[in-house]
Amino acid sequence: MSDTETADLETFRVEARGWLEANCPPEMRKPATSDADVFWGGRNAKFSSEPQRIWFERMRDKGWTVPDWPKEYGGGGLSAAEHKVLRAEMARIGARPPLSSFGIWMLGPALLKYGNEAQKKEHLPKIAAGEIRWCQGYSEPNAGSDLASLQTRAESDGDDFIITGQKIWTSYANYADWIFCLVRTDPTAKKHDGISFILFDMTSKGVSTKPILLISGYSPFCETFFDNVRVPKAHVVGTINRGWDVAKYLLQHERAMISGMGERGVGRPLGQIAADSVGPDGQGRLDDAMLRGQIACFDVDEAALAACAERAVDLAKAGQAHPAFSSAMKYYGTELNKRRYEILMAAGGVDALEWESERSKQGARPRAWLRTKANSIEGGTSEVMLGIVAKRILDLPGA
Amino acid sequence: MALVLTEEQSMLRDSARGLISDKAPVSHLRHLRDSKDPVGFSKEFWHSFAEMGFAGLLVPEEFGGSGLGYVEAGIVMEEIGRTLMPSPFLATSVVAASALNRGGNAAQKSEFLPKIASGSLLATLAIDEGAKHRPLQTSLQAVRAGNGFKLSGAKALVVDGHVADLLIVAARTAGSAGEREGLTLFLVDPKAKGIAIERTIMVDAHNAARIEFANVEVTADSVLGEIDQAAGLLDGVLDIGRGAVASEMVGLSDEVFGRTVEYLKSRKQFGKLIGEFQALQHRAAELYIDIEITRAAVMKALQALDADVAKAASSVAVAKARAGTTATRAVQEGVQMHGGMGMTDQFDIGFFMKRARVCEELFGDANYHTEQLARSRGY
Repeated sequence: MSDTETADLETFRVEARGWLEANCPPEMRKPATSDADVFWGGRNAKFSSEPQRIWFERMRDKGWTVPDWPKEYGGGGLSAAEHKVLRAEMARIGARPPLSSFGIWMLGPALLKYGNEAQKKEHLPKIAAGEIRWCQGYSEPNAGSDLASLQTRAESDGDDFIITGQKIWTSYANYADWIFCLVRTDPTAKKHDGISFILFDMTSKGVSTKPILLISGYSPFCETFFDNVRVPKAHVVGTINRGWDVAKYLLQHERAMISGMGERGVGRPLGQIAADSVGPDGQGRLDDAMLRGQIACFDVDEAALAACAERAVDLAKAGQAHPAFSSAMKYYGTELNKRRYEILMAAGGVDALEWESERSKQGARPRAWLRTKANSIEGGTSEVMLGIVAKRILDLPGA
Repeated sequence: MALVLTEEQSMLRDSARGLISDKAPVSHLRHLRDSKDPVGFSKEFWHSFAEMGFAGLLVPEEFGGSGLGYVEAGIVMEEIGRTLMPSPFLATSVVAASALNRGGNAAQKSEFLPKIASGSLLATLAIDEGAKHRPLQTSLQAVRAGNGFKLSGAKALVVDGHVADLLIVAARTAGSAGEREGLTLFLVDPKAKGIAIERTIMVDAHNAARIEFANVEVTADSVLGEIDQAAGLLDGVLDIGRGAVASEMVGLSDEVFGRTVEYLKSRKQFGKLIGEFQALQHRAAELYIDIEITRAAVMKALQALDADVAKAASSVAVAKARAGTTATRAVQEGVQMHGGMGMTDQFDIGFFMKRARVCEELFGDANYHTEQLARSRGY
């Protein structure tokens, strides 16, 4: 990096810091503790608090809900280096993301790469502004790990497709405005070759959703049914029957997103949380030597993974990243997050077992613990991730 | 700073790799071991190493060195780890050079650093006394006598201790074992009266010694740094050594892993390449991920050392702990996946397992560093 670039980046850092200090409400500078603390946008979105609204609107107006997207599509137009600085400055004051969105994390990057100009102009600004909430129609009852065997049919009818079939594990489908969906447009082709990636409105005639009650007692996922849903062919992203390319590219982003789950480095350290319930021994150490050892091992691995995540971004910037590396990160990040919650449950003891009470915030910890068990399943199971690493990175035979 | 090598660093890696893999492949270590070489490394090769600027890599330019940083030292260590080359680089060029450069006065620096850079002086830090690395437990006594001191006690696992021209000895001038106060470093001539050096033949066929000190007289000029206050200097020097050993373990792990994956792609059983079996594929993938995460943690620690040695402790603890568990896993999987061949002395893989075990003990094992992290975080 040249001296001028370094100086410009420093100027940007000073400006960003000043703006965040002036504009991020104090209530938005601590980690989210419940679902209501997370703003997802959409047609029916409601703010759970005034600071949440103010923070979202200020960031949206600055283009910083999607800082590195081009300005013409509602983004902030920041370079990769500036984006890294902004993330660091937000982390410095503990600022929450103003908007959570599958549009930002998954669809946006795929549209930027594969979408035509009309699709980008139509959808990206609405994602950036939190106007439309998206859901992902990928898995089906008989197409989980083997996603490419999906059977939802899209039959040609003039300028439209008529879509019939069922999706499952559709996150927040019951709240979503639009869906990005994988459908089979050529049932005679080999399984990876007859798939298209298509967008449609969830209020279209023939779409219905049914929430699935999970072991956490919550229903973040739905079954989603399509009964002769009419969708213009113009809504296909990329080439018809080449949707698998788009799907895979999007999955890399999904896996990167899931590997980052688990509030790394945010909030109170595990050792302190455990000290609240377990207490110290005579020398001020956690009064449970085995638990203390587990936490210390966790902390080592978590710090190392954080370094690896940072390096993955730097490698991508330098053009040296392996495209399948997000599978490696997804595997490790999700397994680590499950470890975090096993430790939290052990640390909390009896207090972490309460399911319904004000005191326990309606069982926040045990429900979150159970939720993490899906981390190593959704977006590709740990076993699928290891298979991808073995095949695509290590080039092992067969499989 | 980005966690990728710069162009200059990649060039350094390429030249170190070229030199080491050409002149000192694993067969070089095997030959030194089998011939019971009294020196335990190639002096001739050490001189070419010095001519290329590696011996004085960390020595400032004013003392004839290259004045490079810990990331660069780590790059060379990683290449050493790939072929297990026995070399004075760790003890002399990394640990002793750092101790002299960070703790030495003007006279000490100008006496010793140019000789290290030219490859003509071998030096080493004598720190450990017991079975495990516990720097604060140092109990080798240094008692005032006239204008100087008399040293009495014993040191173990002194790397290159049998060939060193200069010993940097951690001793206790005050306080008792376990305390930070009262530690002092001394520059000691190994030929001084009262010193008995026993070369210890170690499992990894690398070089180490046990050294006994019986009323060894040293002058006041031989104190390195402040009397009673060496703990801070030692923290930094040991962290630099830990970063270097962690790099060696990354190189070692990567090499074992590469050899193992190649074996999975060539060995056939049940009419298939064994790399087709999912049980082995998943274990190989997990190991790959472990190595990549550890590599990033080690880079992070080396960059932290370059930024400020005094603030790098927790990054270094993470790196050395991870490097230890990763290398241990890599060599165990390496032997296991090579099957019976992995158990034979004829095959190289066992050399990696033996060296990994020694690297794990050097400057604190994974348990030690995990414990340090827990303490630094106050739980």
